[in-house]
Amino acid sequence: MVMATTMDTPGRAPLLRYAMQALAALLFMVMASTLASAQEDEPNVAVVRGGKVEPINIAISPFLAGAGAEDVAATVAGVVANDLARSGYFNPLSPESFIERISDFEQQPNFMSWRQVQARGLVTGQVYMDGGKLRVAFKLFDVNTGNLLAGQSFSASPKLARRLAHRMADQIYKALTGFDGYFDTRIVYVDESGPKSQRVKKLAIMDQDGFNPRTLPVGGDLLLTPRFSPTANEVTFLSFGSGVPRVFIYNIDTNQREIVGDFPNMSFAPRYSPDGNRVIMSLQSDDGAYSNLFEMNLQTRQLRQLTKVAAINTAPSYSPDGANIAFESDRGGSQQIYVMPAGGGEAQRISFGKGRYSTPVWSPDGQWIAFTKNAGGKFAIGVMRPNGQGERILTEGYHNEGPTWSPNSRVIMFFRESGGGEGGGPQLYSVDVTGYNEQKVPTPEFASDPAWSPRLN
Amino acid sequence: MMKLHSGTFKIVAVLSLALALGACSKKNSTAGLNSNGLNGDLAGSAAQVPGSEADFQANIGDRVFFNEDQSSLTAEGKQTLMKQASWLAQYPNIVVQIEGHADERGTREYNISLSARRATAVRTFLIQQGISAARIATIAYGKERPASLCDAEECWSQNRRAVTVITGGVKTS
Repeated sequence: MVMATTMDTPGRAPLLRYAMQALAALLFMVMASTLASAQEDEPNVAVVRGGKVEPINIAISPFLAGAGAEDVAATVAGVVANDLARSGYFNPLSPESFIERISDFEQQPNFMSWRQVQARGLVTGQVYMDGGKLRVAFKLFDVNTGNLLAGQSFSASPKLARRLAHRMADQIYKALTGFDGYFDTRIVYVDESGPKSQRVKKLAIMDQDGFNPRTLPVGGDLLLTPRFSPTANEVTFLSFGSGVPRVFIYNIDTNQREIVGDFPNMSFAPRYSPDGNRVIMSLQSDDGAYSNLFEMNLQTRQLRQLTKVAAINTAPSYSPDGANIAFESDRGGSQQIYVMPAGGGEAQRISFGKGRYSTPVWSPDGQWIAFTKNAGGKFAIGVMRPNGQGERILTEGYHNEGPTWSPNSRVIMFFRESGGGEGGGPQLYSVDVTGYNEQKVPTPEFASDPAWSPRLN
Repeated sequence: MMKLHSGTFKIVAVLSLALALGACSKKNSTAGLNSNGLNGDLAGSAAQVPGSEADFQANIGDRVFFNEDQSSLTAEGKQTLMKQASWLAQYPNIVVQIEGHADERGTREYNISLSARRATAVRTFLIQQGISAARIATIAYGKERPASLCDAEECWSQNRRAVTVITGGVKTS
């Protein structure tokens, strides 16, 4: 498999140009035979039993390092261990407990010694520099059977060491859980700084594990609800840039920003269609009292009205097949979640629990709708089936809001406000779809409105 | 506690007068100064120049409050807006923008739309009182610009507001 290459264009920032070239050079040589056999096997450990996660003990043997690659070898192994541990499905064992010291990447490990330290899986790896290139290879073994479950070698610019490690972790995760990996992904979010009453809110992006955070030069001091394009390195969001709140699209590679339709009234709550060709959003009515849902075709620039109800209709999200739209509306008297055909038409209310339901987000596998629920003075994040059945609260507290799904539909990220007056602010958290394994996601400043990218190419 | 940007004694004097007149509470006045950016000209005079922003804030009241998840005007709010309407009728060059706001106890998108409703309710009322629609713009801030911060109803009730901000035509002398 070869990375899709992107043509370079004049005027791009030097750093970005470098990154693009490096990406184009990122080659993958799959060990075809081992992967094929791994795919035929059942996942060797069932990690979720009755909703309860039982982490898999995994030994990540210190990676063998070529001359000058000692630091990067430690970094790569560390990223893999951190990804696996944060998923909640793995328990990386302390290397101090290991009996066998792997000294030859090609040599068969002594599985007896790895069984002795309670490892179920064993990862070995080697990292070395070859010319200006970083070369990384790994093997994943089932310690009980001695079978090779996965293995691959990668070659890339040393700058992409963390991405190589995330891809390695993705393969290990998939081989042992059966779920697609989600570690080689990014998060866009709102970076919040300054006092709460005059808070500055900027568009920011980081790796899924909180590394490499940076704000993006979009302009404006009040930017909200960024959402990733499913097909391009592009984000749609609400910005108060020139006064009236408007929906924009921003291309992360080219730094170009454009308005999505020049409407007389406020536009807000944007989200892409699964094919990336349309943006759905709320437009405020001429009289200012209502908001209805509209779809903008990004190619033809045609606008289509999808709801026509004298109420607040907002926070729309497409089903992954593009056939339906979940949204919230107070048409029945209070905020509730509805589902309607993507072309508009009759909407069915699906939330019937006690309280107000909002911010529905369809899972990428189509199985769940994540939401924010406000009841009894608390704000919870939960999931329900698209027909409203099977509601499950994942986390509840003073204020939790704004769920977003990992591309494999296993993890939900959201933001949490803990109060605290002028100095208080929101922070990002993730939780497993089962409700287990709540983790804080580190950010340099306060952060809100996370949106998960698709898997990177 | 109150935060005064320039920290001059004269601003405190204006504030004290506002409090004495009971036009709005201590918190409101403070927030009004912050969000409306009371400028040096106005701060230079302890008594408000009739038709000035300080006059409007101190003697009329620049904001009305809403019940939770509501955008209908309260009886108290209507009284304030009737005073705003007669003041605006008296100074026909003045144009305003109604800022709609919501408290923090709601979700982001909904609160943007809810705060737009609140701004609209104020605008509609002022128009009904005879103020030209062309003089009244609106903007919806959702929960993004709270005026009071204490994680309790005491503050949230102050944040569910629509503030009439003078944006042009003000008398400066």
